[in-house]
Amino acid sequence: MFNQAREIRNKYIREEMWPSIFCTGCGIGNVLNYALRAIDEIGLDIDKVTFCSGIGCSSRLPGYIEADGLHTTHGRALAFATGVKLAAPDLSVVVFTGDGDMAGIGGNHFIHAARRNADITVICINNYTYGMTGGQCSPTTPGESKTTTTPYGNLEEPFDLCRLAIGAGAPFVARWTVGYPYETVNAIKAAMETKGFAFVELLVPCPTGYGKENRLKDARASWEWYKQNTITAADLRALSPEERAKNEKIVVGTIWHQDRPELTARYAEAVKTIS
Amino acid sequence: MRREIRICGFGGQGIILAGVILGEAATKAGFQAVQTQSYGPESRGGAARSEVVISDGPIDYPRVTKADVVVALSQPAYDRFAGDIVSGGAVIVDESGVTAEGAEVQPFTATAQEVGHKIVTNIVMVGYLGARLDLIDPAILEETVLRNVPPGTEELNRKALKAGQELFAAQVS
Amino acid sequence: MNIIEAIGGRELFTQGDVACAYGALLGGCTFFAGYPITPATEVAEAMSRLLPKIRGVTVQMEDEIASISAVIGASWAGRRAMTATSGPGFSLMMEGIGYACMTETPCVIVNVQRSGPSTGQPTEPAQGDMMQARWGSHGDNELIVLAPNSVQECVDLTRLAFELADRFRNPVFVMTDGEVGHMREKIVLPAAEEIDIRPRPAPSTPPGEFVPFKAVKGKVPEMASFGTGYHTYVTGLTHKESGLPTTDNAEEHTGLIRRICEKITDATDELTRVEMDQDDGATVGIVSYGISSRSAAGAVRLLRAEGMKVSHLRLVTVYPFPERVIRDFAAPLSRVLVPELNLGQICHTVREALDGAAAVEKVSKIGGEIITPDEIVEAVLSSGEPVKV
Repeated sequence: MFNQAREIRNKYIREEMWPSIFCTGCGIGNVLNYALRAIDEIGLDIDKVTFCSGIGCSSRLPGYIEADGLHTTHGRALAFATGVKLAAPDLSVVVFTGDGDMAGIGGNHFIHAARRNADITVICINNYTYGMTGGQCSPTTPGESKTTTTPYGNLEEPFDLCRLAIGAGAPFVARWTVGYPYETVNAIKAAMETKGFAFVELLVPCPTGYGKENRLKDARASWEWYKQNTITAADLRALSPEERAKNEKIVVGTIWHQDRPELTARYAEAVKTIS
Repeated sequence: MRREIRICGFGGQGIILAGVILGEAATKAGFQAVQTQSYGPESRGGAARSEVVISDGPIDYPRVTKADVVVALSQPAYDRFAGDIVSGGAVIVDESGVTAEGAEVQPFTATAQEVGHKIVTNIVMVGYLGARLDLIDPAILEETVLRNVPPGTEELNRKALKAGQELFAAQVS
Repeated sequence: MNIIEAIGGRELFTQGDVACAYGALLGGCTFFAGYPITPATEVAEAMSRLLPKIRGVTVQMEDEIASISAVIGASWAGRRAMTATSGPGFSLMMEGIGYACMTETPCVIVNVQRSGPSTGQPTEPAQGDMMQARWGSHGDNELIVLAPNSVQECVDLTRLAFELADRFRNPVFVMTDGEVGHMREKIVLPAAEEIDIRPRPAPSTPPGEFVPFKAVKGKVPEMASFGTGYHTYVTGLTHKESGLPTTDNAEEHTGLIRRICEKITDATDELTRVEMDQDDGATVGIVSYGISSRSAAGAVRLLRAEGMKVSHLRLVTVYPFPERVIRDFAAPLSRVLVPELNLGQICHTVREALDGAAAVEKVSKIGGEIITPDEIVEAVLSSGEPVKV
């Protein structure tokens, strides 16, 4: 994938912003690569793509792309993106967000954007922490984890973002980790090709923020952890019912795909009869 | 010329609409008019107040300061809003449900029931007030009523308006 | 259909809130995002009814933060966009308003003020958000604030707000109140053929040459909407003229913030709209805005009927604050009264502008009733200062 990465970089990256702010071992840069590959493979006209984001490490991604970008306020990316998409349905709208940004301060916007089902692709980079502010507990931080704001261990239970997205009505929901590059690219492509609110959760390591307090400070160990602690939906299905019941690994793959009417198309249809 | 009218009653009695119709009809008749209102957060019940100021010149302060006419369709509204009348001004209350010493009593609700339904009490009152104010051409008033009521209720409202006008005519004749 | 067909006529007897919606359409607004709140809900209802008829877009968001966010997104996507709210929602919008100032996003916010603080008296008018309008969002920024006092002005000033928002690339507030918002008066709209709405002009230089946050003429940059090939990066972080973040450079931060503030303050004279009613020889004057200006006009009428001299200055534009006009107005005066539906807000700004040149007295009222002319008359007469000539 290295040569392809260079090609992608030359084609889509805003050189002035390079090098990136990401730490060694961080997976966010990889997500940028995968997302741009997906765009390239689909053949989207980059002039007609708007990248939206909120605040946090993941939300810096639109800045690295030579395209229209709306880097907004904490948690609001999906609300801004809704405005963009409804105002200009011909634009493809891609949101880069993180666990703190989307599920914490932006949780309400997330469930309503999923319910509304405008054609928006959401790439949520879940690193279990508020990385940019230095590793605080987030809504997805696993129980018992130590963070700078849970120094004695996290006493709360984390969100399962995919279940949240399904419950709120998202027609396409997938989860992968950065250790599965091709699958991730394909998931992002499938999300972009879904006419509606498509949600891709990507588990990425944050050795600097989350890792330092949770024995995952070493980048290699951190990446390995994601390999060891995930199972693909296909592998899970192959297990015996007893083994499946005992599974404690995080399931990756396409978790949900059930199309339902998309908002901007419905609106356009309604306006035809009203105007 | 500046006329100040206050109409009050329970929320849901069509108090606001009555004021709107009088105000709109006054502007159609060439006057300037402002309609204002006060009501509680609830849609029904409570004390609602609708005020109309009609003038032949610009209207600065939009509220009633001293009313020329107050109409009260409910006791709580009468108790709360019937004060501040110009000398020689009139306080008119509905015969059903309002007890008010020294006020003029009119059978708005009873008349509405006679023409078909108590729901048009407000339009009977508009007819009465329109005739009494004698500022607005009755044809303009009727047209304004019909524009502001739900489709299908035009005939009932037309009758109610006429009955209100007749109520005043019978009183002066 | 055209705007006048959508509205259903040119002469109407309608409410201030609805009139704001009409004004928005006349101003070229084709996007509304909002959240229901008394006494501003009628704006959202009118926009929901009207916009689909003219192929505009309306959406009810999950809260007011989302509403202003969607409006800003829509503005970058090329539409003229508006939201409407009241105090509690206005508080929530402060985040987005700051972002709109920083990113120079044209947008219009109608605030139908109600009595606060907090949820206060939902159905009662107030003018208690005036300081918040100016200072509510964190950091240094400037706002354009218009205060209609009639239903016709709700049309005219909302329409104007869109022109100013585009011209200055800034949020513009239309600060009405529960009284003006719910009051009904006759309005007259322009004929359909007199309505001339043009799309936002494209930048005068092509992609590649265009610098999105560099003002080529004056202090307001041209704007490239999304999807037009300009690859504009928009961030609430301090940014270079290229739009890219620069968060540790004092010179760049200072240059940006001074420019986005000065583009408004430098244009104060151009933006100032007032109604001046001066009485030769008067030593007492009233400075008013919004609904209280109608109370003040009533007081002036009563005082003059008694043979007293009194001057009246009504601020139609409240911000940028027209200091020079207020100083000129107050030059012959020894007392200036400021009637407001709050416990004293704009009176402080007037006092600061006059800097001791005249005594500034507040005429405050809260609780839900607007100020009566008599109350202002009483305030004028209450001082030892002889005002009767």
